[in-house]
Amino acid sequence: MDDDLALRLTSDLDGSFERLVVDHQDRLFSLALRYTGDPREAEEIAQDAFVRAYRALAGYDAERIAGLHLRAWLATITLNLCRNRARVRRSVAVRLDGDSAPVIASGADASPDGRFARREAIDHWAALLAGLPVRYRAPVVLRHVNGLDYDEMAEVLGRPTGTLKAQVHRGLALLRAAHEAALRHERAVEEQAPGDRASAGGELCIREVTR
Amino acid sequence: MTERSNDMIEDAVEGALHDLAAEAPATLLPSTLLAVGLADGYAPLDSPIGRLFVAFNGRGVSAVALADDEAAFERRFVGTFGRPIRRVGTLPGQLGRAIERRLSGDRRAPVPVDLRNATPFERAVWDKALEIPPGEVRPYGWVAAEIGRPRAARAVGSVLGRNPVPLVIPCHRVVRSDGRIGDYALGSAWKRAALMDEGLDLERLEALAHVGIRFLGSDTTRVYCLPTCRNARRIRPAHEVRFRSRVDALSAGYRPCRHCRPGAAAG
Repeated sequence: MDDDLALRLTSDLDGSFERLVVDHQDRLFSLALRYTGDPREAEEIAQDAFVRAYRALAGYDAERIAGLHLRAWLATITLNLCRNRARVRRSVAVRLDGDSAPVIASGADASPDGRFARREAIDHWAALLAGLPVRYRAPVVLRHVNGLDYDEMAEVLGRPTGTLKAQVHRGLALLRAAHEAALRHERAVEEQAPGDRASAGGELCIREVTR
Repeated sequence: MTERSNDMIEDAVEGALHDLAAEAPATLLPSTLLAVGLADGYAPLDSPIGRLFVAFNGRGVSAVALADDEAAFERRFVGTFGRPIRRVGTLPGQLGRAIERRLSGDRRAPVPVDLRNATPFERAVWDKALEIPPGEVRPYGWVAAEIGRPRAARAVGSVLGRNPVPLVIPCHRVVRSDGRIGDYALGSAWKRAALMDEGLDLERLEALAHVGIRFLGSDTTRVYCLPTCRNARRIRPAHEVRFRSRVDALSAGYRPCRHCRPGAAAG
């Protein structure tokens, strides 16, 4: 599908660019959102990434465009923008009781209760992910949120697939540990002061204790 | 923990991460298309001489036009450019302020314009029009000569007539060489209004043209000018010398003004 689109981009950039945005906007937005943790910033990054892609495509010759792996190429641009912003604005503390604006994932459950529980789970995991050290966060998001394969990830991150597999594995282990720690913390708070859940959560930062 | 339950938890983590895939906000597509110039926004603008519609995209101002209403403007825009357009609340702050400065006579106000399909000839004509100061006019033939195409005065006229961003590119400052105002993208009534708003003495210009006077000189400096040149406006009546043609001025021993370069004007 992407190969076909790349081919159309070579002959008619203006006529097929909208298709490119439609096909890739959810993936780019999700990548930026889960990397930065900020929906507004993620939208700006995704738009900026598409604008840069458009300008680059306008300057590339047909052979170069036809040879692009669009998913990996667009993810590379997006991730670079995420990193540049992070450099400017040093990362904010991650809060598990997150005030962030609501982001509804695709295919949310129909029932209000189900939707609420799902929202909560999404916020919970998004916060854990945003607290993950970047060398694990980027591969974990690309692999498990964006669904890229390891060859594409190697192109985006410039690391060998073996390294990336190990980093994704380590990232998942850290997330699982943080999740369990959060559950234990919540249970402990509930036992101490039933009904007072406002104090639960607090700030949680995932650190690597051992290497 | 057994290896098996470990795997199950790993699957649960993967499933939770999979659910973190989000839908892009509905605003992302239109704002992206606007930013790269594949769609435009527009808003009305109250100019010194009346209400206009101004369209823009990430490349700059794409159209300035008069229209009876929004629907008529949209129809005309889509018909001309073939791109979707939508009404926005106001022009983007920086762009709006720059346009207002440009329309009130500041030629250096940085207004980016989207002239992506312009030919080199069109670009040269429009760039040259931008060099004409507010309150002054130049003949079509002057523009043609200045851009190195002295025989193309008629083509210059038609290029100015299809200027997509009148007022932002001041094609109203180019007139017929016989001193008549000529046609205009927004209509000749608007051309008159725009020129008068800039302080041009239109009646005097037309009166001079009516009696065949194309140039004014000063017998103290022995320099001759186009009648609306800022240097011509400084000549006191007692020292004013009138010429019907360039040849008359030159043979009387006058040299052309360096500001308005009347040598480029036909006649």
